[in-house]
Amino acid sequence: MPLAADSGPPIFQWKWVDRNADDIVQRLVEHISLTGAALGIGLVVSIGLAVVSLRYRWSYPVILGTTGALYVIPSLGAFAVLVPFFGLTFVSAMIPLATYTLLILVRNIVTGVDQVPNEVREAAVGMGYTRGRLLWQIELPLALPVVIAGLRVAAVTTIGLVTVTSMLGLGGLGYFIRAGIQTATPNPTMIIVGVVLSVALAVVVDLALWLSERVLAPWTRKVRAR
Amino acid sequence: MSFLDQLNAWLADPNRWSWTDKAGVPYRTLEHLRFSLLALAIAAALTIPAALWLAHYRRGAFLASSAVNIGRAIPSFGLIILFWFLASRWELDTTFWPLLLALVALAMPPLFTNTYAGVVSLEQETIDAARGTGYREWQIMLRLELPLASPVILAGARVAFLQLIATVAIGAIVNDGGGLGRYIVDGFALGAQGYGAIFAGGLAAVILALLCDGAFALITRAATPRGLALQNARRG
Repeated sequence: MPLAADSGPPIFQWKWVDRNADDIVQRLVEHISLTGAALGIGLVVSIGLAVVSLRYRWSYPVILGTTGALYVIPSLGAFAVLVPFFGLTFVSAMIPLATYTLLILVRNIVTGVDQVPNEVREAAVGMGYTRGRLLWQIELPLALPVVIAGLRVAAVTTIGLVTVTSMLGLGGLGYFIRAGIQTATPNPTMIIVGVVLSVALAVVVDLALWLSERVLAPWTRKVRAR
Repeated sequence: MSFLDQLNAWLADPNRWSWTDKAGVPYRTLEHLRFSLLALAIAAALTIPAALWLAHYRRGAFLASSAVNIGRAIPSFGLIILFWFLASRWELDTTFWPLLLALVALAMPPLFTNTYAGVVSLEQETIDAARGTGYREWQIMLRLELPLASPVILAGARVAFLQLIATVAIGAIVNDGGGLGRYIVDGFALGAQGYGAIFAGGLAAVILALLCDGAFALITRAATPRGLALQNARRG
């Protein structure tokens, strides 16, 4: 393996990082906002779909099949199909990003609610809980560990996908990855900053969600993430 | 030119349905599939034997459980560009190998984790029975664990393959190939005049992915050992 010094400038230059610290922070914030928006929208839609699945059981396989097929769509293909209609905008990025979270989130919400012991449900009904209150105050909170496990997978996946949205000119850390090869001579520092920060962000968010699970659902410390 | 005019012009290209011309959708589809299948085959050859062996001896459980998460966290877009850069720096071929290596690396985690999980989840009685009737360890791995875990392994291969289909398209950024992604990336380079090509390429990639997913579902059904299929059917 040739040494970096033999072939041109070093692969990584801290000087560049120093000089562009503001830009790096801005792109990181963009990346977090895009991820957060996609997860937020995905979660709201997923709760809706899960409620439908739980109430009308026959719809569950249909919903899983549809979200499963959507999940299979290549990210670049999805952006490409939407751009002629919505332009290089937030909407074109958000529709696929939020859609990709649906399969994992719906499945985990429904699985989580199904895991709630029947005795608990019966006790709540016996105490006069209505169907809606049963769901919001008993079933969903008890399903929280499984839901968060799904949220972790969705978050890490979305963070990786947001790098691709730089194709739409929406920034995020993918901007550096892309810009790194668009300069006259490729700038490896930019590429590395983009990749490393994206991986680091995924790890940090994953850990944060794992911690939030332990705080929000202290009764169960042995639920396995799927 | 309006979007529909662009789309019409794109479709009217005389070479659009050629199997041999680089503008042809069939040509690009084959290129897309060839690249994805090659990467899947290499990744499977590297990962499945190792995972089978490790799972048989119950080693490397931590690697198996974290491999998939690590794989998810690595942005495929970044990996492609990074490999491309390294290849160009070391003056290697930049059109084929960097993309192939990135694709293989991305396909390995789901194959590894699923093979491992598939083997570990088998009932120990089955394995013990085989051992009792005189099966050697390698026979247990190849004749019992591999076929019995095959539905789980194929599920991993399906996830890996669809990720490959998606990533080959992104590879068009650094590569003169890129399969159907070629139309999308070239279209983006044209700005608003490229919307026809972007849309057509995107739609073709979406259809290809859905067809591949369907094909994989059929293969999984055909490849599941008959005994397992009967068992699953009885379970309902």
